[in-house]
Amino acid sequence: MTTQQLPSRRPYRPPARLGGGTPLNASFRRRATVVAFLAPALIILGAFVAWPMVSALGLSFTDASGFGDPNFVGLANYLRVFTDPHILRSIANTGLYAVLFTPVAVVIALVLALIVNSPRLPFRGFFRSTLFLPFIVSLAVAAFAWSYLLDPQIGLVNYWLQGAGIRIGNVLQDPLLAMPTVVLVAVWKSFGFYMVIFLAGLQDIPGSLYEAAELDGAGAWKRFTNVTFPMLSNTFAFVVIVALIAALQAFDQIYVLTGGGPYRSTETIVMQVYQSGFKDLDLGFASALSYVLLIITLLLSLVQFLFFGRRGEELSE
Amino acid sequence: MTAITVLRRRDLLRWLAFAGFLIVTIALMLPVIIIVLTAFKPASEVNAYPPTLFPHQWTLDNFAAIFQRLPFGRLILNSFVFAGGVTLLALVFDSLAAYALASLNFRGSRVLLIVIIASLMIPFQATLIPIYQLVAQLGWVNTFAGLIAPRAADAFGIFFLRQFFLSLPRDLDSAARIDGASEFRIFRSIVLPNAVPALLTLAVFTFVNNWNDLLWPLVFTTDQDMGTITSGLTLLTGPGGIIPQGIMMAGSLIAVLPLAIMFLLVQRRFIESVASSGLK
Repeated sequence: MTTQQLPSRRPYRPPARLGGGTPLNASFRRRATVVAFLAPALIILGAFVAWPMVSALGLSFTDASGFGDPNFVGLANYLRVFTDPHILRSIANTGLYAVLFTPVAVVIALVLALIVNSPRLPFRGFFRSTLFLPFIVSLAVAAFAWSYLLDPQIGLVNYWLQGAGIRIGNVLQDPLLAMPTVVLVAVWKSFGFYMVIFLAGLQDIPGSLYEAAELDGAGAWKRFTNVTFPMLSNTFAFVVIVALIAALQAFDQIYVLTGGGPYRSTETIVMQVYQSGFKDLDLGFASALSYVLLIITLLLSLVQFLFFGRRGEELSE
Repeated sequence: MTAITVLRRRDLLRWLAFAGFLIVTIALMLPVIIIVLTAFKPASEVNAYPPTLFPHQWTLDNFAAIFQRLPFGRLILNSFVFAGGVTLLALVFDSLAAYALASLNFRGSRVLLIVIIASLMIPFQATLIPIYQLVAQLGWVNTFAGLIAPRAADAFGIFFLRQFFLSLPRDLDSAARIDGASEFRIFRSIVLPNAVPALLTLAVFTFVNNWNDLLWPLVFTTDQDMGTITSGLTLLTGPGGIIPQGIMMAGSLIAVLPLAIMFLLVQRRFIESVASSGLK
Protein backbone atom coordinates (compact mmCIF):
# COMPACT_ATOMS: atom_id res chain seq x y z
CA MET A 1 0.00 0.00 0.00
CA THR A 2 1.04 3.57 0.08
CA THR A 3 3.61 4.91 2.45
CA GLN A 4 1.02 7.20 3.96
CA GLN A 5 -0.78 4.36 5.64
CA LEU A 6 2.21 2.58 7.09
CA PRO A 7 2.96 4.89 10.03
CA SER A 8 -0.66 4.81 11.16
CA ARG A 9 -0.10 1.29 12.45
CA ARG A 10 2.23 2.57 15.13
CA PRO A 11 0.64 1.91 18.52
CA TYR A 12 0.51 5.43 19.77
CA ARG A 13 1.25 8.88 18.66
CA PRO A 14 -0.22 11.99 20.21
CA PRO A 15 -2.71 13.66 17.88
CA ALA A 16 -1.38 16.91 16.60
CA ARG A 17 -3.47 19.89 17.48
CA LEU A 18 -2.30 22.06 14.65
CA GLY A 19 -2.13 21.45 10.94
CA GLY A 20 -3.29 17.86 11.10
CA GLY A 21 0.21 16.46 10.87
CA THR A 22 -0.49 12.89 11.87
CA PRO A 23 -1.07 10.32 9.15
CA LEU A 24 -4.40 9.23 10.64
CA ASN A 25 -5.59 12.75 10.54
CA ALA A 26 -4.17 13.15 7.05
CA SER A 27 -6.15 10.26 5.67
CA PHE A 28 -9.33 11.61 7.27
CA ARG A 29 -8.61 15.00 5.81
CA ARG A 30 -7.94 13.45 2.45
CA ARG A 31 -11.30 11.73 2.50
CA ALA A 32 -12.98 14.95 3.61
CA THR A 33 -11.34 16.74 0.70
CA VAL A 34 -12.64 14.20 -1.81
CA VAL A 35 -16.14 14.50 -0.35
CA ALA A 36 -16.01 18.29 -0.45
CA PHE A 37 -15.04 18.29 -4.12
CA LEU A 38 -17.68 15.77 -5.13
CA ALA A 39 -20.59 16.65 -2.87
CA PRO A 40 -22.23 19.58 -4.70
CA ALA A 41 -22.35 17.83 -8.08
CA LEU A 42 -23.35 14.48 -6.63
CA ILE A 43 -26.17 15.98 -4.58
CA ILE A 44 -27.59 17.64 -7.69
CA LEU A 45 -27.15 14.58 -9.90
CA GLY A 46 -28.51 12.33 -7.17
CA ALA A 47 -31.62 14.44 -6.58
CA PHE A 48 -32.40 15.38 -10.17
CA VAL A 49 -31.08 12.48 -12.26
CA ALA A 50 -30.68 9.30 -10.19
CA TRP A 51 -33.72 9.66 -7.94
CA PRO A 52 -36.08 10.67 -10.78
CA MET A 53 -35.00 7.55 -12.67
CA VAL A 54 -36.01 5.34 -9.77
CA SER A 55 -39.08 7.40 -9.03
CA ALA A 56 -40.29 7.35 -12.65
CA LEU A 57 -40.05 3.57 -12.67
CA GLY A 58 -42.11 3.40 -9.48
CA LEU A 59 -44.69 5.87 -10.81
CA SER A 60 -45.05 3.93 -14.04
CA PHE A 61 -46.73 1.09 -12.13
CA THR A 62 -49.32 3.39 -10.52
CA ASP A 63 -52.25 5.56 -11.48
CA ALA A 64 -50.67 8.65 -9.88
CA SER A 65 -52.33 11.91 -10.81
CA GLY A 66 -50.68 14.32 -8.43
CA PHE A 67 -53.78 14.30 -6.22
CA GLY A 68 -54.60 11.67 -3.58
CA ASP A 69 -52.72 8.43 -3.02
CA PRO A 70 -51.61 6.57 -6.11
CA ASN A 71 -52.76 2.95 -6.52
CA PHE A 72 -50.61 0.16 -7.81
CA VAL A 73 -51.86 -0.87 -11.24
CA GLY A 74 -49.21 -3.35 -12.29
CA LEU A 75 -48.33 -3.31 -15.97
CA ALA A 76 -51.54 -1.56 -17.03
CA ASN A 77 -49.73 1.61 -18.12
CA TYR A 78 -47.21 -0.32 -20.18
CA LEU A 79 -50.01 -2.34 -21.69
CA ARG A 80 -51.69 0.89 -22.70
CA VAL A 81 -48.46 2.16 -24.30
CA PHE A 82 -48.49 -0.81 -26.64
CA THR A 83 -52.24 -1.01 -27.29
CA ASP A 84 -53.61 2.55 -27.31
CA PRO A 85 -53.80 3.51 -31.01
CA HIS A 86 -52.97 7.17 -30.25
CA ILE A 87 -49.82 6.17 -28.40
CA LEU A 88 -48.80 3.65 -31.03
CA ARG A 89 -49.33 6.43 -33.55
CA SER A 90 -46.99 8.73 -31.62
CA ILE A 91 -44.35 6.00 -31.42
CA ALA A 92 -44.69 5.33 -35.15
CA ASN A 93 -44.52 9.09 -35.82
CA THR A 94 -41.32 9.36 -33.79
CA GLY A 95 -39.89 6.49 -35.84
CA LEU A 96 -40.93 8.21 -39.08
CA TYR A 97 -39.42 11.48 -37.85
CA ALA A 98 -36.12 9.71 -37.09
CA VAL A 99 -36.11 7.95 -40.45
CA LEU A 100 -36.69 11.24 -42.30
CA PHE A 101 -34.45 13.41 -40.15
CA THR A 102 -31.33 11.29 -39.75
CA PRO A 103 -30.34 10.53 -43.37
CA VAL A 104 -31.23 14.00 -44.65
CA ALA A 105 -29.39 15.86 -41.88
CA VAL A 106 -26.36 13.57 -42.04
CA VAL A 107 -25.99 13.67 -45.83
CA ILE A 108 -26.36 17.47 -46.01
CA ALA A 109 -23.86 17.87 -43.19
CA LEU A 110 -21.36 15.51 -44.83
CA VAL A 111 -21.59 17.18 -48.24
CA LEU A 112 -21.17 20.64 -46.73
CA ALA A 113 -18.26 19.44 -44.59
CA LEU A 114 -16.50 18.03 -47.66
CA ILE A 115 -16.96 21.34 -49.48
CA VAL A 116 -15.82 23.63 -46.67
CA ASN A 117 -12.89 21.30 -45.97
CA SER A 118 -11.55 21.74 -49.50
CA PRO A 119 -8.39 23.90 -49.50
CA ARG A 120 -9.40 25.21 -52.92
CA LEU A 121 -12.51 26.92 -51.57
CA PRO A 122 -11.91 30.66 -51.02
CA PHE A 123 -13.18 32.20 -47.75
CA ARG A 124 -13.44 28.80 -46.07
CA GLY A 125 -13.61 30.36 -42.60
CA PHE A 126 -16.55 32.55 -43.62
CA PHE A 127 -18.48 29.59 -44.98
CA ARG A 128 -17.80 27.44 -41.93
CA SER A 129 -19.00 30.12 -39.51
CA THR A 130 -22.04 31.03 -41.58
CA LEU A 131 -23.19 27.45 -42.07
CA PHE A 132 -22.75 26.79 -38.36
CA LEU A 133 -24.96 29.78 -37.47
CA PRO A 134 -28.33 27.90 -37.34
CA PHE A 135 -26.96 25.90 -34.41
CA ILE A 136 -27.29 28.92 -32.12
CA VAL A 137 -30.88 29.60 -33.23
CA SER A 138 -33.38 27.82 -30.99
CA LEU A 139 -35.69 25.26 -32.54
CA ALA A 140 -38.61 27.43 -31.47
CA VAL A 141 -37.26 30.51 -33.26
CA ALA A 142 -36.34 28.41 -36.30
CA ALA A 143 -39.94 27.21 -36.28
CA PHE A 144 -41.28 30.80 -36.20
CA ALA A 145 -39.10 31.76 -39.17
CA TRP A 146 -40.07 28.71 -41.23
CA SER A 147 -43.76 29.09 -40.48
CA TYR A 148 -43.59 32.63 -41.88
CA LEU A 149 -41.60 31.52 -44.93
CA LEU A 150 -44.07 28.70 -45.63
CA ASP A 151 -47.24 30.68 -44.87
CA PRO A 152 -49.78 29.88 -47.60
CA GLN A 153 -50.73 33.56 -48.10
CA ILE A 154 -47.73 35.71 -47.24
CA GLY A 155 -44.87 33.19 -47.15
CA LEU A 156 -41.91 33.99 -49.36
CA VAL A 157 -40.88 30.39 -50.04
CA ASN A 158 -44.46 29.46 -50.81
CA TYR A 159 -44.67 32.42 -53.20
CA TRP A 160 -41.42 31.51 -54.96
CA LEU A 161 -42.49 27.89 -55.30
CA GLN A 162 -45.78 29.02 -56.82
CA GLY A 163 -43.76 31.07 -59.27
CA ALA A 164 -41.98 27.85 -60.21
CA GLY A 165 -45.33 26.13 -60.65
CA ILE A 166 -45.20 24.16 -57.39
CA ARG A 167 -48.24 24.48 -55.15
CA ILE A 168 -47.67 23.17 -51.65
CA GLY A 169 -50.65 24.84 -49.97
CA ASN A 170 -50.77 25.08 -46.22
CA VAL A 171 -48.11 22.52 -45.30
CA LEU A 172 -48.78 22.68 -41.56
CA GLN A 173 -52.44 21.79 -42.07
CA ASP A 174 -51.64 18.99 -44.49
CA PRO A 175 -51.54 15.57 -42.79
CA LEU A 176 -48.99 14.36 -45.34
CA LEU A 177 -46.71 17.40 -45.42
CA ALA A 178 -46.80 18.49 -41.76
CA MET A 179 -44.29 15.84 -40.68
CA PRO A 180 -41.74 16.59 -43.43
CA THR A 181 -42.08 20.28 -42.51
CA VAL A 182 -41.29 19.84 -38.81
CA VAL A 183 -38.39 17.58 -39.86
CA LEU A 184 -37.17 20.29 -42.25
CA VAL A 185 -36.99 22.78 -39.37
CA ALA A 186 -34.92 20.36 -37.29
CA VAL A 187 -32.63 19.54 -40.22
CA TRP A 188 -32.06 23.24 -40.80
CA LYS A 189 -31.19 23.81 -37.15
CA SER A 190 -28.85 20.81 -36.86
CA PHE A 191 -26.88 20.41 -40.08
CA GLY A 192 -24.23 22.94 -39.03
CA PHE A 193 -23.55 21.04 -35.82
CA TYR A 194 -23.10 17.71 -37.59
CA MET A 195 -21.05 19.44 -40.29
CA VAL A 196 -18.59 20.65 -37.67
CA ILE A 197 -18.24 17.12 -36.25
CA PHE A 198 -17.58 15.78 -39.76
CA LEU A 199 -15.08 18.57 -40.32
CA ALA A 200 -13.11 17.49 -37.26
CA GLY A 201 -13.19 13.90 -38.53
CA LEU A 202 -11.97 14.98 -41.98
CA GLN A 203 -9.11 16.92 -40.50
CA ASP A 204 -7.91 13.81 -38.67
CA ILE A 205 -7.33 11.96 -41.94
CA PRO A 206 -3.59 12.04 -42.72
CA GLY A 207 -2.84 13.92 -45.94
CA SER A 208 -0.30 11.25 -46.91
CA LEU A 209 -3.16 8.87 -47.69
CA TYR A 210 -4.46 11.25 -50.35
CA GLU A 211 -0.99 11.76 -51.79
CA ALA A 212 -0.55 8.00 -52.06
CA ALA A 213 -3.96 7.64 -53.71
CA GLU A 214 -3.14 10.39 -56.17
CA LEU A 215 0.17 8.74 -57.07
CA ASP A 216 -1.78 5.57 -57.76
CA GLY A 217 -3.89 7.59 -60.18
CA ALA A 218 -7.10 7.70 -58.12
CA GLY A 219 -9.57 10.38 -59.21
CA ALA A 220 -11.64 12.56 -56.89
CA TRP A 221 -14.49 10.03 -56.58
CA LYS A 222 -12.08 7.10 -56.04
CA ARG A 223 -10.29 9.11 -53.35
CA PHE A 224 -13.61 9.73 -51.62
CA THR A 225 -14.78 6.11 -51.71
CA ASN A 226 -11.39 4.54 -50.95
CA VAL A 227 -9.83 7.03 -48.52
CA THR A 228 -12.26 9.61 -47.13
CA PHE A 229 -15.25 7.43 -46.48
CA PRO A 230 -13.47 4.47 -44.81
CA MET A 231 -11.43 6.86 -42.67
CA LEU A 232 -14.59 8.74 -41.74
CA SER A 233 -16.70 5.71 -40.87
CA ASN A 234 -16.33 6.15 -37.09
CA THR A 235 -17.37 9.79 -37.27
CA PHE A 236 -20.20 8.82 -39.57
CA ALA A 237 -21.54 6.21 -37.16
CA PHE A 238 -21.22 8.65 -34.29
CA VAL A 239 -23.17 11.38 -36.08
CA VAL A 240 -25.89 8.93 -37.13
CA ILE A 241 -26.44 7.78 -33.55
CA VAL A 242 -26.37 11.31 -32.13
CA ALA A 243 -28.91 12.33 -34.78
CA LEU A 244 -31.14 9.35 -34.01
CA ILE A 245 -31.12 10.15 -30.29
CA ALA A 246 -31.92 13.81 -31.02
CA ALA A 247 -34.79 12.68 -33.26
CA LEU A 248 -36.30 10.59 -30.47
CA GLN A 249 -36.60 13.72 -28.35
CA ALA A 250 -38.41 15.82 -30.95
CA PHE A 251 -40.66 18.36 -29.26
CA ASP A 252 -39.93 22.10 -29.53
CA GLN A 253 -40.73 22.93 -33.14
CA ILE A 254 -43.69 20.54 -33.16
CA TYR A 255 -45.16 22.24 -30.09
CA VAL A 256 -44.76 25.60 -31.84
CA LEU A 257 -45.89 24.65 -35.35
CA THR A 258 -48.57 21.98 -35.18
CA GLY A 259 -49.16 21.03 -31.56
CA GLY A 260 -49.13 17.43 -32.79
CA GLY A 261 -51.72 17.88 -35.52
CA PRO A 262 -53.22 17.84 -38.03
CA TYR A 263 -55.02 14.62 -37.09
CA ARG A 264 -52.13 13.59 -34.80
CA SER A 265 -49.82 13.31 -37.79
CA THR A 266 -46.97 15.02 -35.93
CA GLU A 267 -47.67 13.68 -32.44
CA THR A 268 -44.35 12.33 -31.06
CA ILE A 269 -43.41 10.45 -27.88
CA VAL A 270 -42.21 13.55 -26.02
CA MET A 271 -45.27 15.53 -27.16
CA GLN A 272 -47.40 12.74 -25.73
CA VAL A 273 -45.39 12.64 -22.47
CA TYR A 274 -45.92 16.39 -22.10
CA GLN A 275 -49.62 16.08 -22.88
CA SER A 276 -50.37 13.17 -20.54
CA GLY A 277 -47.98 14.25 -17.78
CA PHE A 278 -48.56 17.99 -17.63
CA LYS A 279 -51.94 18.55 -19.26
CA ASP A 280 -53.97 15.39 -18.49
CA LEU A 281 -52.04 14.83 -15.20
CA ASP A 282 -51.87 11.11 -15.93
CA LEU A 283 -48.48 10.83 -14.25
CA GLY A 284 -48.36 7.04 -14.05
CA PHE A 285 -49.00 6.60 -17.73
CA ALA A 286 -46.66 9.44 -18.74
CA SER A 287 -43.92 7.81 -16.66
CA ALA A 288 -44.43 4.47 -18.40
CA LEU A 289 -44.17 6.18 -21.77
CA SER A 290 -41.05 8.02 -20.54
CA TYR A 291 -39.51 4.71 -19.62
CA VAL A 292 -40.13 3.33 -23.07
CA LEU A 293 -38.34 6.40 -24.46
CA LEU A 294 -35.54 5.90 -21.95
CA ILE A 295 -35.02 2.28 -22.93
CA ILE A 296 -34.94 3.03 -26.66
CA THR A 297 -32.40 5.80 -26.00
CA LEU A 298 -30.27 3.56 -23.79
CA LEU A 299 -30.20 0.84 -26.44
CA LEU A 300 -29.00 3.34 -29.04
CA SER A 301 -26.42 4.72 -26.62
CA LEU A 302 -25.23 1.21 -25.88
CA VAL A 303 -24.61 0.63 -29.58
CA GLN A 304 -22.65 3.86 -29.64
CA PHE A 305 -20.72 2.92 -26.50
CA LEU A 306 -19.79 -0.52 -27.83
CA PHE A 307 -18.76 1.02 -31.10
CA PHE A 308 -16.58 3.64 -29.48
CA GLY A 309 -15.24 1.21 -26.93
CA ARG A 310 -13.96 -0.82 -29.84
CA ARG A 311 -12.57 2.27 -31.45
CA GLY A 312 -10.72 3.11 -28.24
CA GLU A 313 -9.08 -0.30 -28.23
CA GLU A 314 -8.03 0.14 -31.83
CA LEU A 315 -6.44 3.47 -31.02
CA SER A 316 -4.55 2.15 -28.04
CA GLU A 317 -3.00 -0.73 -29.99
CA MET B 1 -6.57 23.69 -77.46
CA THR B 2 -3.62 25.45 -75.93
CA ALA B 3 -2.51 25.05 -72.34
CA ILE B 4 -3.71 28.56 -71.50
CA THR B 5 -7.33 27.99 -72.58
CA VAL B 6 -7.42 24.76 -70.59
CA LEU B 7 -6.26 26.70 -67.55
CA ARG B 8 -8.85 29.43 -68.15
CA ARG B 9 -11.64 26.90 -68.48
CA ARG B 10 -10.62 25.30 -65.21
CA ASP B 11 -10.56 28.70 -63.52
CA LEU B 12 -13.97 29.52 -64.89
CA LEU B 13 -15.39 26.23 -63.62
CA ARG B 14 -13.90 26.88 -60.22
CA TRP B 15 -15.46 30.31 -60.04
CA LEU B 16 -18.80 28.95 -61.18
CA ALA B 17 -18.65 26.29 -58.47
CA PHE B 18 -17.77 28.96 -55.94
CA ALA B 19 -20.66 31.18 -57.02
CA GLY B 20 -23.00 28.20 -56.87
CA PHE B 21 -21.91 27.34 -53.35
CA LEU B 22 -22.29 30.96 -52.27
CA ILE B 23 -25.87 30.95 -53.54
CA VAL B 24 -26.59 27.67 -51.73
CA THR B 25 -25.16 29.12 -48.52
CA ILE B 26 -27.27 32.27 -48.80
CA ALA B 27 -30.36 30.13 -49.48
CA LEU B 28 -29.61 28.06 -46.38
CA MET B 29 -29.42 31.26 -44.34
CA LEU B 30 -32.85 32.39 -45.60
CA PRO B 31 -34.59 31.87 -42.20
CA VAL B 32 -31.98 34.04 -40.48
CA ILE B 33 -32.25 36.66 -43.24
CA ILE B 34 -36.05 36.70 -43.03
CA ILE B 35 -35.94 37.19 -39.25
CA VAL B 36 -33.61 40.18 -39.53
CA LEU B 37 -35.41 41.83 -42.45
CA THR B 38 -38.99 41.21 -41.29
CA ALA B 39 -38.24 42.57 -37.83
CA PHE B 40 -37.80 46.01 -39.43
CA LYS B 41 -40.83 45.87 -41.74
CA PRO B 42 -44.07 47.76 -41.07
CA ALA B 43 -47.12 45.50 -40.56
CA SER B 44 -48.59 46.47 -43.95
CA GLU B 45 -45.52 45.06 -45.72
CA VAL B 46 -45.25 41.99 -43.50
CA ASN B 47 -48.75 40.89 -44.53
CA ALA B 48 -48.56 42.14 -48.12
CA TYR B 49 -49.07 39.97 -51.16
CA PRO B 50 -46.92 39.39 -53.09
CA PRO B 51 -44.37 39.09 -50.27
CA THR B 52 -41.03 40.82 -50.59
CA LEU B 53 -37.67 40.12 -49.04
CA PHE B 54 -36.45 43.63 -48.25
CA PRO B 55 -38.47 46.26 -46.41
CA HIS B 56 -39.29 49.39 -48.43
CA GLN B 57 -39.68 51.32 -45.25
CA TRP B 58 -37.59 50.48 -42.21
CA THR B 59 -39.30 50.77 -38.86
CA LEU B 60 -38.76 49.91 -35.20
CA ASP B 61 -42.51 49.48 -34.53
CA ASN B 62 -42.22 45.71 -34.12
CA PHE B 63 -39.67 46.12 -31.36
CA ALA B 64 -41.92 48.56 -29.53
CA ALA B 65 -44.89 46.22 -30.00
CA ILE B 66 -43.18 43.14 -28.57
CA PHE B 67 -42.59 44.98 -25.30
CA GLN B 68 -46.31 45.80 -25.20
CA ARG B 69 -47.61 42.36 -26.12
CA LEU B 70 -45.38 40.51 -23.64
CA PRO B 71 -43.49 41.42 -20.45
CA PHE B 72 -40.49 41.22 -22.73
CA GLY B 73 -37.98 43.06 -20.56
CA ARG B 74 -38.78 40.65 -17.77
CA LEU B 75 -38.45 37.66 -20.12
CA ILE B 76 -35.02 38.83 -21.26
CA LEU B 77 -33.94 39.19 -17.64
CA ASN B 78 -35.33 35.73 -16.83
CA SER B 79 -33.45 34.18 -19.72
CA PHE B 80 -30.20 35.75 -18.54
CA VAL B 81 -30.72 34.72 -14.92
CA PHE B 82 -31.78 31.18 -15.85
CA ALA B 83 -29.17 30.42 -18.52
CA GLY B 84 -26.48 32.42 -16.71
CA GLY B 85 -27.27 30.86 -13.33
CA VAL B 86 -27.22 27.32 -14.70
CA THR B 87 -23.96 28.03 -16.52
CA LEU B 88 -22.23 29.55 -13.51
CA LEU B 89 -23.26 26.88 -11.02
CA ALA B 90 -22.68 24.00 -13.41
CA LEU B 91 -19.20 25.31 -14.16
CA VAL B 92 -18.30 25.46 -10.47
CA PHE B 93 -19.84 22.13 -9.45
CA ASP B 94 -18.72 20.27 -12.58
CA SER B 95 -15.15 21.47 -12.33
CA LEU B 96 -14.92 20.54 -8.63
CA ALA B 97 -16.19 17.03 -9.30
CA ALA B 98 -14.06 16.72 -12.43
CA TYR B 99 -10.97 17.64 -10.43
CA ALA B 100 -11.72 14.96 -7.85
CA LEU B 101 -12.16 12.38 -10.60
CA ALA B 102 -9.05 13.46 -12.47
CA SER B 103 -6.55 14.14 -9.69
CA LEU B 104 -7.64 12.73 -6.33
CA ASN B 105 -7.18 8.99 -6.32
CA PHE B 106 -9.92 7.64 -4.11
CA ARG B 107 -11.63 4.31 -3.74
CA GLY B 108 -14.55 3.96 -6.07
CA SER B 109 -13.47 6.74 -8.42
CA ARG B 110 -13.59 4.40 -11.40
CA VAL B 111 -17.07 3.16 -10.56
CA LEU B 112 -18.25 6.72 -10.03
CA LEU B 113 -16.87 7.75 -13.40
CA ILE B 114 -18.67 4.88 -15.11
CA VAL B 115 -21.94 5.81 -13.37
CA ILE B 116 -21.53 9.42 -14.50
CA ILE B 117 -20.82 8.39 -18.09
CA ALA B 118 -23.84 6.08 -18.02
CA SER B 119 -26.08 8.89 -16.76
CA LEU B 120 -25.07 10.91 -19.83
CA MET B 121 -27.38 8.67 -21.80
CA ILE B 122 -30.53 9.60 -19.85
CA PRO B 123 -32.57 12.16 -21.77
CA PHE B 124 -34.08 14.71 -19.37
CA GLN B 125 -37.42 14.32 -21.13
CA ALA B 126 -37.64 10.80 -19.71
CA THR B 127 -37.36 11.87 -16.08
CA LEU B 128 -39.19 15.17 -16.35
CA ILE B 129 -42.23 14.10 -14.30
CA PRO B 130 -40.38 13.08 -11.11
CA ILE B 131 -38.12 16.13 -11.47
CA TYR B 132 -41.24 18.28 -11.62
CA GLN B 133 -42.75 16.52 -8.59
CA LEU B 134 -39.58 17.17 -6.61
CA VAL B 135 -39.43 20.81 -7.67
CA ALA B 136 -43.13 21.19 -6.78
CA GLN B 137 -42.61 19.59 -3.35
CA LEU B 138 -39.83 22.07 -2.68
CA GLY B 139 -42.24 24.87 -3.62
CA TRP B 140 -39.95 25.90 -6.47
CA VAL B 141 -42.39 26.04 -9.39
CA ASN B 142 -42.26 29.53 -10.92
CA THR B 143 -38.97 30.33 -9.19
CA PHE B 144 -35.43 30.63 -10.45
CA ALA B 145 -34.43 27.93 -7.97
CA GLY B 146 -36.76 25.50 -9.75
CA LEU B 147 -35.43 26.42 -13.17
CA ILE B 148 -31.76 26.40 -12.18
CA ALA B 149 -31.16 23.85 -9.39
CA PRO B 150 -31.95 20.64 -11.34
CA ARG B 151 -29.38 21.67 -13.93
CA ALA B 152 -26.72 23.03 -11.56
CA ALA B 153 -24.50 20.05 -12.33
CA ASP B 154 -24.42 17.82 -15.34
CA ALA B 155 -22.72 14.61 -16.27
CA PHE B 156 -21.50 15.87 -19.61
CA GLY B 157 -19.70 18.84 -18.04
CA ILE B 158 -18.02 16.66 -15.43
CA PHE B 159 -16.85 14.17 -18.02
CA PHE B 160 -15.71 16.85 -20.46
CA LEU B 161 -13.70 18.76 -17.82
CA ARG B 162 -12.21 15.57 -16.37
CA GLN B 163 -10.83 14.69 -19.81
CA PHE B 164 -9.37 18.18 -20.09
CA PHE B 165 -7.84 18.14 -16.60
CA LEU B 166 -6.17 14.81 -17.38
CA SER B 167 -4.51 16.39 -20.40
CA LEU B 168 -2.88 19.15 -18.33
CA PRO B 169 0.81 18.66 -17.37
CA ARG B 170 1.18 17.39 -13.81
CA ASP B 171 4.53 18.95 -12.78
CA LEU B 172 3.00 22.09 -11.33
CA ASP B 173 0.51 20.30 -9.09
CA SER B 174 3.19 17.91 -7.81
CA ALA B 175 5.47 20.81 -7.00
CA ALA B 176 2.64 22.60 -5.19
CA ARG B 177 1.72 19.44 -3.31
CA ILE B 178 5.33 19.04 -2.10
CA ASP B 179 5.20 22.65 -0.94
CA GLY B 180 2.18 21.69 1.16
CA ALA B 181 -0.54 23.44 -0.83
CA SER B 182 -4.06 22.13 -0.17
CA GLU B 183 -5.96 20.41 -2.96
CA PHE B 184 -8.39 23.29 -3.14
CA ARG B 185 -5.53 25.72 -3.57
CA ILE B 186 -4.02 23.62 -6.35
CA PHE B 187 -7.43 23.41 -7.98
CA ARG B 188 -8.06 27.13 -7.77
CA SER B 189 -4.61 28.52 -8.48
CA ILE B 190 -3.10 26.01 -10.88
CA VAL B 191 -5.73 23.82 -12.53
CA LEU B 192 -8.53 26.33 -13.15
CA PRO B 193 -6.38 29.07 -14.72
CA ASN B 194 -4.97 26.48 -17.11
CA ALA B 195 -8.41 25.19 -17.98
CA VAL B 196 -9.89 28.49 -19.15
CA PRO B 197 -10.37 27.32 -22.77
CA ALA B 198 -12.30 24.23 -21.67
CA LEU B 199 -14.32 26.20 -19.13
CA LEU B 200 -15.21 28.82 -21.72
CA THR B 201 -16.27 26.13 -24.15
CA LEU B 202 -18.49 24.46 -21.61
CA ALA B 203 -19.89 27.83 -20.57
CA VAL B 204 -20.93 28.79 -24.09
CA PHE B 205 -22.38 25.36 -24.75
CA THR B 206 -24.39 25.30 -21.51
CA PHE B 207 -25.59 28.87 -21.93
CA VAL B 208 -26.79 28.34 -25.51
CA ASN B 209 -28.59 25.08 -24.68
CA ASN B 210 -30.45 26.55 -21.73
CA TRP B 211 -31.23 29.86 -23.38
CA ASN B 212 -32.81 27.98 -26.31
CA ASP B 213 -34.60 25.29 -24.36
CA LEU B 214 -38.38 25.36 -24.67
CA LEU B 215 -39.70 22.31 -22.81
CA TRP B 216 -37.88 23.12 -19.55
CA PRO B 217 -39.33 26.62 -18.97
CA LEU B 218 -42.73 25.42 -20.23
CA VAL B 219 -42.79 22.79 -17.48
CA PHE B 220 -41.30 24.71 -14.57
CA THR B 221 -43.06 28.03 -15.06
CA THR B 222 -46.78 28.60 -15.36
CA ASP B 223 -46.61 32.30 -14.55
CA GLN B 224 -46.04 34.41 -17.66
CA ASP B 225 -43.64 36.66 -15.76
CA MET B 226 -41.34 33.72 -14.97
CA GLY B 227 -40.97 32.41 -18.53
CA THR B 228 -37.93 32.83 -20.75
CA ILE B 229 -37.75 34.56 -24.13
CA THR B 230 -37.99 31.19 -25.85
CA SER B 231 -41.11 30.09 -23.98
CA GLY B 232 -42.61 33.59 -23.93
CA LEU B 233 -42.54 33.96 -27.69
CA THR B 234 -44.71 30.87 -28.11
CA LEU B 235 -47.51 32.80 -26.39
CA LEU B 236 -47.82 34.90 -29.56
CA THR B 237 -48.93 31.81 -31.53
CA GLY B 238 -52.39 31.10 -30.21
CA PRO B 239 -54.00 28.02 -31.74
CA GLY B 240 -55.87 29.06 -34.85
CA GLY B 241 -55.02 32.68 -34.20
CA ILE B 242 -53.21 34.97 -36.60
CA ILE B 243 -49.52 35.16 -35.79
CA PRO B 244 -48.24 38.75 -35.75
CA GLN B 245 -45.22 37.84 -37.88
CA GLY B 246 -43.42 41.18 -37.71
CA ILE B 247 -43.57 41.24 -33.91
CA MET B 248 -42.60 37.58 -33.79
CA MET B 249 -39.52 38.18 -35.93
CA ALA B 250 -38.51 41.18 -33.80
CA GLY B 251 -38.77 38.99 -30.71
CA SER B 252 -36.87 36.21 -32.43
CA LEU B 253 -34.10 38.61 -33.41
CA ILE B 254 -33.76 39.75 -29.80
CA ALA B 255 -33.73 36.10 -28.70
CA VAL B 256 -30.89 35.21 -31.05
CA LEU B 257 -28.84 38.39 -30.66
CA PRO B 258 -27.00 37.65 -27.36
CA LEU B 259 -26.02 34.22 -28.65
CA ALA B 260 -24.90 35.65 -31.98
CA ILE B 261 -22.70 38.20 -30.21
CA MET B 262 -21.24 35.49 -27.99
CA PHE B 263 -20.65 33.33 -31.01
CA LEU B 264 -18.85 36.13 -32.87
CA LEU B 265 -16.61 36.73 -29.87
CA VAL B 266 -15.50 33.15 -29.39
CA GLN B 267 -16.25 31.81 -32.85
CA ARG B 268 -13.22 29.70 -33.63
CA ARG B 269 -12.90 28.25 -30.20
CA PHE B 270 -16.60 27.57 -30.13
CA ILE B 271 -16.66 25.65 -33.39
CA GLU B 272 -13.51 23.71 -32.48
CA SER B 273 -14.90 22.85 -29.09
CA VAL B 274 -18.24 21.69 -30.42
CA ALA B 275 -16.32 19.41 -32.72
CA SER B 276 -14.17 18.04 -29.93
CA SER B 277 -17.08 17.69 -27.51
CA GLY B 278 -18.83 15.66 -30.14
CA LEU B 279 -15.90 13.39 -30.77
CA LYS B 280 -14.07 12.76 -27.54
